Amino acid sequence: MSHHATVQKQLAAAEKRTYWTRRRREQLAGWLFIAPEVLGMLVLAVFPLIFSLGLSLTEWNLVGGLSAIKFIGLDNFAELFRDDRFLKALKNNIGFTAGTVPATMLMGVIFAAIIHKKLYFKNYFKVAFFVPYICSTVAVSAVWSALYHPSKGPLNQLLMQLGVSDPPRWLVDTSWSLAAIMVIYIWQLLGYQIIIFMAGMTNIPDELYEAATIDGATGIQQFRRITLPLLGPTTFFLAITSIISSFKVFDMIKFLTNGGPNYSSTVIVYQIYEEGFQHFRMGYASAMSWILFLIIMLVTSLTWITQSRKVHY
Amino acid sequence: MTIRKIKLGPIVLTALFGALSFFFLLPLVWMMSAAAKTEKEVWTFPIQWIPKDWHFAENFRTVWMGDVSFGLFYMNSVKIALISTLATLIVSAMAGYALSKLKFTGRGLVFSAMMAFMMIPEQATLVPRYIMIKEMGLYDTHAALILMGMFSSYFTFLLRQFMIGVHNDLLEAAELDGAGFYRIFWSVMLPLSRPILATVGIIKFIWTWNDYQGPLIMLNSTNLYTIPLGMQFFKEEFGTTISVMMMASLAAIIPLLVLFLILQKQVIQGISIGGVKG
Repeated sequence: MSHHATVQKQLAAAEKRTYWTRRRREQLAGWLFIAPEVLGMLVLAVFPLIFSLGLSLTEWNLVGGLSAIKFIGLDNFAELFRDDRFLKALKNNIGFTAGTVPATMLMGVIFAAIIHKKLYFKNYFKVAFFVPYICSTVAVSAVWSALYHPSKGPLNQLLMQLGVSDPPRWLVDTSWSLAAIMVIYIWQLLGYQIIIFMAGMTNIPDELYEAATIDGATGIQQFRRITLPLLGPTTFFLAITSIISSFKVFDMIKFLTNGGPNYSSTVIVYQIYEEGFQHFRMGYASAMSWILFLIIMLVTSLTWITQSRKVHY
Repeated sequence: MTIRKIKLGPIVLTALFGALSFFFLLPLVWMMSAAAKTEKEVWTFPIQWIPKDWHFAENFRTVWMGDVSFGLFYMNSVKIALISTLATLIVSAMAGYALSKLKFTGRGLVFSAMMAFMMIPEQATLVPRYIMIKEMGLYDTHAALILMGMFSSYFTFLLRQFMIGVHNDLLEAAELDGAGFYRIFWSVMLPLSRPILATVGIIKFIWTWNDYQGPLIMLNSTNLYTIPLGMQFFKEEFGTTISVMMMASLAAIIPLLVLFLILQKQVIQGISIGGVKG
């Protein structure tokens, strides 16, 4: 073996060593960089989720301290389905979703198409419709509660002027409270939907519209045959996220009505809040939390299964 | 005929939508106008859009210099929103860098797990997190809110998506110059990610500023309240004094409105990347 070959071998070995040191260092760096996030997720999302499943099988009033925890199996879940307030919350939540999601999505896609294709000052319209979305929900709730005032509020003053002698009493009216909140919710969310739909529309190639125009397709035909089908992924994303957020609605309910009057505007998260943080029934509130979690999982997977075949990517 | 169709349509539609957007913003216009009125004038009908009897200064004083320490709520909100935003940016940028540019065993698993965590709704874990915060002795502190707000798989995902697009050549050049992974992150990756960091930062700031549920559950002492909680307090104290409530609402909204109008491109972009690529 020549001297030259030995040196080369040694060099190669050294290179290999640095390569492996580098790999090891990268491993370490990778884990150090990801550690805070992973730790946070485990402590603040995964562990609480499991913890709450455990709690849901117990009866525990926080005020009694840790020694007062009592294992009761599935009793909480059985009680849920006899609990009129919870059933009302569930029903209201479903109504809330059925009312707000299709409305915002339909208005969102139509407004987005018109702003995107037909209007001057596009940027102004984007911003104008988006402003309510960035405003504090509590602050805009305060504004709407004044607008909705039963006797003195501008809305009912206007209705009375128009000849409605006995207008709804909105937030304090059992048959109108939830609908009144849905209006505010739609008003606040519409801009978000418009922005997302417009972002989806900018990804549709102009050539498609040009070809359709040459073929003599009208604007509405183009919207139905090109825009809507190609917005599949966007619509899919919005459908899931909107349904999920409609099941998480809370701020407006808490600030405006506290779920009332007579539980007419209560929703699941509000019931979790009431049972957990006002009555301190931690086990029962956890059982509700798990129902909420299961609903959201179900929605996500159902939407995923039914849509995955229809979506054009 | 054709020319008229092309030119007239958009103009008419723009005018129509201009009117529509005005009605859409009317509740906020009403708020601003009511904030400057006497309580009596707030309720006069037809609505007096420009106050006859200016009461702006009086309402301003009631909100800012009255018995309710609105200024303190404001400072609390600024503090929490700033620290939470900064902490989220650091944690998520570190994770985003690891998930996009560093090779380590388990990276794929960590990434898939994080995507799955996004499905856990915050509201479903409210009770156990409250108990944990109590056990840690952090109940009724701002630290509790910051701790709960600083980990976000959503923002990590956004940052990772951006960082994947950063050219490896740039990182390799830094490595040849002798920079380690920490140095590369700090002096190369972060500066290159400035646009997405700005976007994520603004959105996180807005969300934290407007958060109501977190403070409602984690805070008890009035002097720790943030603006949304302070508003609730106001409602209880001044429930019938709408002009004062509107002045407070205006104060809650103004900073975000200004921030948004200056940085609208980043905000809108940030909201839309989540929706399109996510």
